Amino acid sequence: MAEATGIKEIIKPENLVYKKTKLMTDNTLSYCPGCGHGTAHRILAEVIDEEGLQSQTIGVSPVGCSVLMYNYLDVDMQEAAHGRAPAVATAIKRLLPDKFVFTYQGDGDLAAIGTSETIHACNRGENILIIFINNGIYGMTGGQMAPTTLEGMKTSTSPYGRDVKTMGNPLKMTDIVATLPGTYYVTRQSVHTPANVRKTKKAIRKAVQYQKLDKGTCFVEIVSNCPSGWKMTPVQSNKWMEENMFPFYPLGDMKTPEE
Amino acid sequence: MEKELRLMKGNEAVAEAAIRAGVDGYFGYPITPQTEIIEYLMEANPSQTTGMVVLQAESEIAAINMVYGGAACGKKVMTSSSSPGISLKQEGITYIAGAELPCLIVNVVRGGPGLGTIQPAQSDYFQSVKGGGHGDYHLIVLAPASVQEMADFVDLGFELAFKYRNPVLMLSDGAIGQMMEKVYLSPQKERSKVFPDWATTGKPATRERNIITSLDLDPNGQELFNRKLVAKYDKIREKEVRYEEFQCEDAEYLLVAYGTSARVCQKSVQLAREQGIRVGLLRPITLFPFPTKRINELADRVKGILSVEMSAGQMVEDVLLAANGKVPVWHFGRMGGIVTTPEEVIENLKSKIIGG
Repeated sequence: MAEATGIKEIIKPENLVYKKTKLMTDNTLSYCPGCGHGTAHRILAEVIDEEGLQSQTIGVSPVGCSVLMYNYLDVDMQEAAHGRAPAVATAIKRLLPDKFVFTYQGDGDLAAIGTSETIHACNRGENILIIFINNGIYGMTGGQMAPTTLEGMKTSTSPYGRDVKTMGNPLKMTDIVATLPGTYYVTRQSVHTPANVRKTKKAIRKAVQYQKLDKGTCFVEIVSNCPSGWKMTPVQSNKWMEENMFPFYPLGDMKTPEE
Repeated sequence: MEKELRLMKGNEAVAEAAIRAGVDGYFGYPITPQTEIIEYLMEANPSQTTGMVVLQAESEIAAINMVYGGAACGKKVMTSSSSPGISLKQEGITYIAGAELPCLIVNVVRGGPGLGTIQPAQSDYFQSVKGGGHGDYHLIVLAPASVQEMADFVDLGFELAFKYRNPVLMLSDGAIGQMMEKVYLSPQKERSKVFPDWATTGKPATRERNIITSLDLDPNGQELFNRKLVAKYDKIREKEVRYEEFQCEDAEYLLVAYGTSARVCQKSVQLAREQGIRVGLLRPITLFPFPTKRINELADRVKGILSVEMSAGQMVEDVLLAANGKVPVWHFGRMGGIVTTPEEVIENLKSKIIGG
């Protein structure tokens, strides 16, 4: 009874401040509880809808946890081979220059196997939006070391912690692409608090609007958690992210058009 | 409009034919002996005339994935390379086959394995016809034997690619790519303004969203898809076999050869007949689908078959399957970038089959 009363309270018009995102489908998300992917998807879907771009959008999903992204967003999408999304998106945009083209990629996809495609698409200044989800781990295959894995961080392929002497250093791909003349807007955000969600949405909206100017690649990194891969609860993982990821991957704009 | 007569290299003919066929995009990377294709396109600068996109990618891998992206938009897109570069493209090719996308891939074959040589060879038959990438798939494989066919097969390749939603490979070689011959070029076609209904072009309110993928995590769904591909390949085997016969009517011995080797064997047929040996030539034009049925019919009439290919013996396996034990089948071919001579073919026909 108490529960029924609670629902009645919740559905009062003055309490309905949150609604289903129009461009999200009814398919059940395949993401683990507490993971940032769902929020990042929603923000992107909201911006595409609010900018009236559904009929103009072609998205490219990667290999990784978000491989099935095309099941969740109600826009035309292509699924690319591992790491190749920026090359795929390059051709889409060159052949359909009036469309809005985005890629959505994880750290293994974008910063390991797809390093070449990422750097060269950014360096050519392809007019695409690259959304980069950085959670420091390979999530889909079960928590292996990623190029972004922090020094000392334990994963299933660095079980004693990442030893940078033998396993290399964590790669700051966003810092690299910010130095390239082809990028127009480069920023690093997160989606772990309501305030950060608002900031990320603002960043993605800016990036989407900048795409209309044909001035180059827009690159939005979202530092995210991976509760399953990090073997933490969602709350613990967000705290760990703040304490460990943000000092190495500080949030904020790295390249903005005109200051 | 009349066709225009030009003297061109095979590689240049492919490039010019691509512009005239109304191709929307070419994505490539330099590699000998096919670099003239991208050089010709860059110089012709069709972005200013037909609006064709020509892009030099950072790698063969990027180039084939650009083809994937463009093909998924329903556009006429192509790439070209030579053997080591085609190996790099295999991942993209199997994704394209798995997503059922139309495109044209040109391989101007050089000798291998590894970096091999830059001279002509036909040692990529297995890679072209039997797979190359992972998974159950087939490319439609066209084997030109002249500069004219390198030009003509651009149009034919796209026609078949869109008809079956299947990637088409033009399997040429360094000899045909580099040699100059006269070629009749078709008049300029307009680039298509119509998109196939499956293309990702932005979802209007009037249709469901289009998704291009080769992924199905449900094994039943994946098997269903595999069966659909098998049915498509069977239809292609039934409808699209192309070959040419040369003096097979009264032949006692049959040569089977494609591309440059077929040109050599045509001379061998003539020389053998001057010596009183009745030899005929069957030239497969499509390597997939292979002219299995026709070779099986001819095996009833001849005493032996020599498969001639500039390789260690790849196509011979399909000739053996086609002959199905009816007559002896042998392979002959030079390797390492050396083109077989007509006399060598006759010597081997004599030593392996006639005297054997």
